[in-house]
Amino acid sequence: MKINEIPQDRGMMTDDVYEICYAVDDEGRYVLAASAGWEPKNITNDQAWKLIDGQVAKALKGIHAGRLSPLAFHMAKNQMNTGLLAKYAGFSRWRVKRHLKPAVFKRLKPAVLELYSDIFKITMKQLQQFPEKMDHLKHRKLQKNED
Amino acid sequence: MKIDFKHRHSAHCESGVSSNLLFHYGVDISEAMAFGIGGGIFFGYLPFIKVNKLPLTTFRCEVGGIFKRLNKKLGVDVYWQKFHNQEKAMDALDRSLEEGIPVGCRTGGYWLPYFPSAFRFHFNMHNLVVFGKEGDEYLISDPVFPEPVMCHRKDLIKARFAKGALAPKGTMYYLTSIPEKIDFAPPIIKGIKETCRRMLKTPVPIIGVKGIRFLANRIEKWPKKLGKRKAILHLVQLIRMQEELGTGGGGFRFMYAAFLQEAAGILKENCLLDLSRKMTSAGDRWREFAVIGSRNCKNRATESDSFEAMADILRDCANREAEVYQELMAVVK
Repeated sequence: MKINEIPQDRGMMTDDVYEICYAVDDEGRYVLAASAGWEPKNITNDQAWKLIDGQVAKALKGIHAGRLSPLAFHMAKNQMNTGLLAKYAGFSRWRVKRHLKPAVFKRLKPAVLELYSDIFKITMKQLQQFPEKMDHLKHRKLQKNED
Repeated sequence: MKIDFKHRHSAHCESGVSSNLLFHYGVDISEAMAFGIGGGIFFGYLPFIKVNKLPLTTFRCEVGGIFKRLNKKLGVDVYWQKFHNQEKAMDALDRSLEEGIPVGCRTGGYWLPYFPSAFRFHFNMHNLVVFGKEGDEYLISDPVFPEPVMCHRKDLIKARFAKGALAPKGTMYYLTSIPEKIDFAPPIIKGIKETCRRMLKTPVPIIGVKGIRFLANRIEKWPKKLGKRKAILHLVQLIRMQEELGTGGGGFRFMYAAFLQEAAGILKENCLLDLSRKMTSAGDRWREFAVIGSRNCKNRATESDSFEAMADILRDCANREAEVYQELMAVVK
């Protein structure tokens, strides 16, 4: 990659963040240069977030249908599955799975609720809430020619 | 309290942390040099290890390997500790900071508040240097960010004790003694030897140059075997591993080319300059692969962008890299 080929496609990175690229100058010497991003990376990053979006949407659907507790929403939003959440909570996976049931979740003790809200860095009140509608995650400013 | 630590913006976290820690103690070493001596370049396609239910492809060596091998070759002593207890882990960090020692920590990127939201995935191999503390805020030199950043104690605890695959378990490390004079030539030669051996002679088909060819054969079959949707997901994961995780471009190939160029000056071997150029062109081919791959992800692929065409690019990458490693072997013999 030559210096003048270093991509500056701002996308997944916020305005003040640059990353270092290795590129060669006119004399063929390697230099470190800042890049604002690269479109192929932005595209694949978007795709990865779409997957997470899908998980969150699925959890919300389950909650609205009365099959899942709000814990399912926060778990998906934090990109966790029952296995990972169980590790953070120090519970067995089986116990976390049980907490995904609305009836069980309603009866949870404050101490357990507090533990979960600490993991997700939210308040206990927020833990019991979930959005009515799917709010799609947006990380990058869509460019003019984007669909 | 703040240690006078020079933050140098780097492409990759582990090689950045390694070179910055050494630089703090007066060893003038670049990130690329640290990466090269530490034998950072690698290739492995590990379909039995899943990340987000998708096969893992890696362009770099194991976590911690660069730091370990680099310091061993340079004769630098390292103190290294894991913890069970979060309070003890933070106390140990505080004590070292008070003694004026900058401390490297392994963390889970998901919990670091200064990460842009688009980067916030659960990955537990992010390295950074803590070099100061003001109240409950820690001063951090995260090599992949342009400037030093602040991080609250609570968040740092979370990051140091992230759970899941490769959990950092509060790992921290720092340098304890550095030789007075370091001759870079022998470590460079050793590093190159190790790298070549690993890339050419690992007796498993999924590692090294053979691994790249193996992946090429697999990619060809993805659309048929997995269906279009899943094939794209596999591709997305692959490109992200190659480019997103602070590689300096082209899956660390450019960084290695920079190392070879620097090594040419130290070893006074002009043929390394030529090999550096060849490695750069291999990196350029990897970049091409990412471009075509992303076009497929966006449904903008033309006929010439098929999975077969991508497989051919990978085979070309493998050939180019194999040539570089073979010639390197001959140079450092």
